[in-house]
Amino acid sequence: MSERTFVGGIHPGYYKDFSSGKPIASARAPAQVIISLHQNIGAPCDPVVQVGDEVKMGQKIGEPKGFVSTPVFASVSGKVTKIEPFTHPLGNPLPAVFIENDGQDKPDEGMKPGKPLEELSAEEIKQIAKDFGLVGLGGATFPTHVKLSPPPEVKIDTVIINGAECEPFLTADHRQMLEQADDIVYGLKAFMKSLGATNGIIGVEDNKLDALASMNRAVAEGKGEYDIKVHALHTKYPQGAEKMLIKATTGREVPPGALPMAVNVVNQNGGTAVALAEAIKLGKPLYERIVTVTGPGIKEPANMMVRNGTMVKDLIEQCGGMTEDARKLILGGPMMGLAQATDEVPVIKGTSGVLILTEEFVKDLSIDPCIKCGKCIDVCPMALMPNFIGSASEKNKIEMAEKYGAMDCFECGCCTYTCPAKRPLVQWIRIAKGEIGARRKK
Amino acid sequence: MDKKLVVSSSPHLKSPENIHSIMVDVLVALFPVALMAVFLFGYRALATMVIATLVAMITEAIILRKGNLFGDGSAAVTGLLLAMVLPPAPPWWVVVIGSAVAVGIGKHLFGGIGNNIFNPALVGRAVLVVSWGAHVAGDVWMRPVPFNFTADIVTEATPLATKAASLLDLFIGTVSGSLGETSALALIIGGIWLYYRGHIDWRIPGAFIALVFVFGLFDGGFNMGLYHVLAGGVLLGALFMATDMVTSPVTSVGKLIFGGGCGLITMIIRLFGSYPEGVMFSILLMNSLTPIIDNLTLPKRFGEVKQKNA
Repeated sequence: MSERTFVGGIHPGYYKDFSSGKPIASARAPAQVIISLHQNIGAPCDPVVQVGDEVKMGQKIGEPKGFVSTPVFASVSGKVTKIEPFTHPLGNPLPAVFIENDGQDKPDEGMKPGKPLEELSAEEIKQIAKDFGLVGLGGATFPTHVKLSPPPEVKIDTVIINGAECEPFLTADHRQMLEQADDIVYGLKAFMKSLGATNGIIGVEDNKLDALASMNRAVAEGKGEYDIKVHALHTKYPQGAEKMLIKATTGREVPPGALPMAVNVVNQNGGTAVALAEAIKLGKPLYERIVTVTGPGIKEPANMMVRNGTMVKDLIEQCGGMTEDARKLILGGPMMGLAQATDEVPVIKGTSGVLILTEEFVKDLSIDPCIKCGKCIDVCPMALMPNFIGSASEKNKIEMAEKYGAMDCFECGCCTYTCPAKRPLVQWIRIAKGEIGARRKK
Repeated sequence: MDKKLVVSSSPHLKSPENIHSIMVDVLVALFPVALMAVFLFGYRALATMVIATLVAMITEAIILRKGNLFGDGSAAVTGLLLAMVLPPAPPWWVVVIGSAVAVGIGKHLFGGIGNNIFNPALVGRAVLVVSWGAHVAGDVWMRPVPFNFTADIVTEATPLATKAASLLDLFIGTVSGSLGETSALALIIGGIWLYYRGHIDWRIPGAFIALVFVFGLFDGGFNMGLYHVLAGGVLLGALFMATDMVTSPVTSVGKLIFGGGCGLITMIIRLFGSYPEGVMFSILLMNSLTPIIDNLTLPKRFGEVKQKNA
């Protein structure tokens, strides 16, 4: 048992066996892709194609608005048929580009190898991350080039690759560490070079021994003159949360409200490292990603390489369809993922998983009064008072919710998971956060 | 698509534990204590426990206007705990009043589960002590007659008043006292179960017992320290009453303060007060301080203290 961990957290069932043994397979290219223009935290894109245009695979179709934003790309070659709002994983319809697939996969001219890593400057690596539309693929979709742009007075000494994959059910990162370990190391070296960081760390939970072995091999063979270490982490949710991962691997605590940069660290997901490696080596922009399609409500769970804009419905059909008792569709993992009202929603850059849960997971649970057992406080990785924040928010006492630490909550869900009274603490805290944020803006 | 999907806020996984399962765990923890009481005090103890538990459940069912007598199990816990702090064989109507007061006034007058300030079982006992003291305090304690289900009642003062029992008797429970307080062995088994199930923290009982022991040292050395821990209601109070989730602090530091306060007040009453026992009043007093203790001991948030050299 590894000692690298943090205080708090929970041990839900892993549920990884559904898909952890399934190699990454290519999903069928759909007849039509619907590519959202909102695919990252920050500003959305403006379309740079028009209805009727012929586009090629990998061609830029959305131009970012502002610095904290990334371009989006066509994931098939074909014809733009519509540009209009369509259902987005966040719930509201948002602008999207509809492309009819011609089945040719004609690549864009820009998709060719550039200079090797040895010849690239720090600034050029950052530019590649920006031009090829890279975002954090763990699910948060924070634009990668922003993480590579610390203010000049901040010296980043450590880059951490997040291979914890602490969300139950999901196995995309796990498969990637088994099958694309060399590219993860290559991408990490590129991150380190871009930031001038001297330490590289790959953190993997110790329930994935084969991934640890795979990463150790890839690091030994590929690290060259870079100082890269693989850390086995105690298996506990939310071990892969940014601040918990930094604490476990470096012992540093990111102050409330601050970014990892404050403790001279940048975190990246393993998938993002692979995307950077492929951007450098192949000139390939981010138009596809690995998605775990899993859960007790899907007939044939799988890990699939999926083109951006593929309908979730399509993926479910390719996995044998839903079972009779399927009741809930979640994009992402079961702890932080978003439940969907329909399966007609496109895969975006942040879609790490398609999870189908059955009746037994969605039993109607009544909400009881807080019995002050304090278990939510014991499990909160941020050492907050979830019961007090939740009750304050429930009563619309927003100042009190703020006093008990609402703004430090990153909504991991440990408190709600643990609560014996089945109180929707995270939901109430989210409401309080929204209200506090709105008041601060005034 | 023909299937209706459920949409809700994350997380989408919930632990199997609920209030009902916690209350069942507490009842399981009380089982060895109840069993020991029947061994020691016979059918009268069994009758006291059954009456207290039933009346508590009926009172709650009436107040909540629901048909399910057991409900979430919290009323049964309150009733059984009340029986534990009564003499083994009080008049039946005393048990009925105490149990109805515990649930009706101690719990539901404050808003029901989760909202009561004072431990309901102890509220029930406090009302009985001040209103019908002749039946529940003083020299009403039945002498235990092990393995005799229908023994006659011979009453005597508690070992806390006489200071004459052996430590082994106190540990096994073959001394007079409240129905559930005499056997340290049974209480410790129940406490271990609660700790193993994650329903009590070591801090409250730890601080409570430690302070009682330390003050006991001043009352007559090591043996007297142990005597004060084992005799009377300290173990029952520390493991089952002070650890009541609703009425004790939720913060780690707060739990230490709460447990320490209970131990301190218990010993002040025992050594300097007019009652031989002080566990009930100490816990009720500390219950009233719980909200302020919580607010004065908010934990340090993750990353709150910046490293100076960072």
